[in-house]
Amino acid sequence: MESFEIMFIVLTAMIALGSIATVLTKSIVRAVTYLLLVLLGTAGLYFLMGYTFLGSVQTMVYAGGVIVLFVFAVLLTSAKEDKLSENTLLKNIGAAVIALVGLGIFMTILCLHGFDVAALTSPDETIMPMTTIGKNMLSTNHEGYLLPFEAVSVLLLACIVGGLVIARKR
Amino acid sequence: MFDFNIVTQWLDTLLMSFLPAWATVLIECVLVALVIITLYAVFAIVMIYMERKVCAWFQCRLGPDRVGPWGLLQVFCDVLKMMTKEIVNFRNTDQLLHHVAPFLVITASMTTFSCLPWNKGAQIIDFNVGVFFFLAISSIGVVGILLAGWSANNKYSLIGAMRSGAQIISYELSIGMIMLAMICLTGTMSFSEICQQQENLGWNIIRGHVPAVLCFILYLIAGNAECNRGPFDMPEAESELTAGYHTEYSGMDFGYYYLAEYMNLFICAGIAATIFLGGWAAPLVPGWEQWNHIMLYVPGAVWFVLKVFFVLMLLLWERWTFPRLRIDQLLTLEWKYMLPMTMTLLVVMALCVSFGFVWN
Repeated sequence: MESFEIMFIVLTAMIALGSIATVLTKSIVRAVTYLLLVLLGTAGLYFLMGYTFLGSVQTMVYAGGVIVLFVFAVLLTSAKEDKLSENTLLKNIGAAVIALVGLGIFMTILCLHGFDVAALTSPDETIMPMTTIGKNMLSTNHEGYLLPFEAVSVLLLACIVGGLVIARKR
Repeated sequence: MFDFNIVTQWLDTLLMSFLPAWATVLIECVLVALVIITLYAVFAIVMIYMERKVCAWFQCRLGPDRVGPWGLLQVFCDVLKMMTKEIVNFRNTDQLLHHVAPFLVITASMTTFSCLPWNKGAQIIDFNVGVFFFLAISSIGVVGILLAGWSANNKYSLIGAMRSGAQIISYELSIGMIMLAMICLTGTMSFSEICQQQENLGWNIIRGHVPAVLCFILYLIAGNAECNRGPFDMPEAESELTAGYHTEYSGMDFGYYYLAEYMNLFICAGIAATIFLGGWAAPLVPGWEQWNHIMLYVPGAVWFVLKVFFVLMLLLWERWTFPRLRIDQLLTLEWKYMLPMTMTLLVVMALCVSFGFVWN
């Protein structure tokens, strides 16, 4: 057993168990904490493959941004009387169907593409160095990401303005 | 200059000669972890003593002087006291999250601690996105603080946690902008390359002249705020919130917050020393051959620690000089003054670099 295999098993176990715990727990703050484990595990997988930029983005955006936002939202809104709604038969069936569809899509993608073990055996962060990522991010050629990059910032601006409009009733 | 790679390479080949690859990696990881934890604890003890003494001098007091000569053993006694104290569990709180929260904080702190470059070839985590990784990992600590405030089921803790979260998230922006400005100058995000470059070309604070000096000053302000320390220690303002988000913690659970607070200050100073003051690079002056020759004999780790303590003194000076800000003033300072200033500095730095207006 190679060391990267051990790490892969540890990280995947962390992701799998964290995901199960996220949906099984009744407390919403605990669910957020377990979700943090899942997201950190995913970041760990990126680091294992040598995609350090992607791993850092995952940590920054999800663990540092989204989770903090979730916790903030829960802290600001949750009240003691909040209860989960009762499970009806219709909800159970709907959830089961959606879960099966998700599993089907996941298995199809997995079967079509398979595992890329080579990425794990020789992780190399020089394949995609920081300078290349930076240049691609700001270029307009066929590898460039300038347009989506700017579109996302317009979206964020719209969100900020929307938030202000809702928060400021005056 | 002494290159630490020689030692690590020697150890690696030695272990590889009689062990399988995975065992080598495991042993090396354990060794590195032990080194990190030891350094972490040792520097925490040094810093707590330093904080007390320096704070006392600023206030014309003597500081701890009863236990041991010059009160040197005071910190060890406090550590022992902290370790033997009971960890109190409360009813009607989320026990699990209450005990997990300090570990999140300390994990984030230790991981950022291992990003510091100690010497040439002696950095533990060194990605080519090093600075970005540092910023990413340091943002996990906020989750720990927010969870601590929520799980304590206490109004003081909750308000303290909200304030702390808002403050850290806000000041992270300034720190990110300052880092971007400095990355603009260095052209690399890897801490080892930043240090190497400064050894060859001169310290960044001199290379980047005016914008770099302004960045350094703003970093000292934002850094103190990021570490929740005075004059920005609103989250734990004892006159209104008792102890903020760690009001309900006792024993080592509290100890972890205490440790993480001091070590975050050390990390903050370490990053300032790396990015602005050359990290482990010796102070070389072009033309002074004799001086440079002598300076290169001093190991890089000594320079690094000296620079860190220099920045620490600046941070402590700031802390004990200015009065505490109110929470709205604190957020106003960040969003209306610091952020526009750092954004302007980023543009100025970019212009300086693109027009070649830097000293090389």
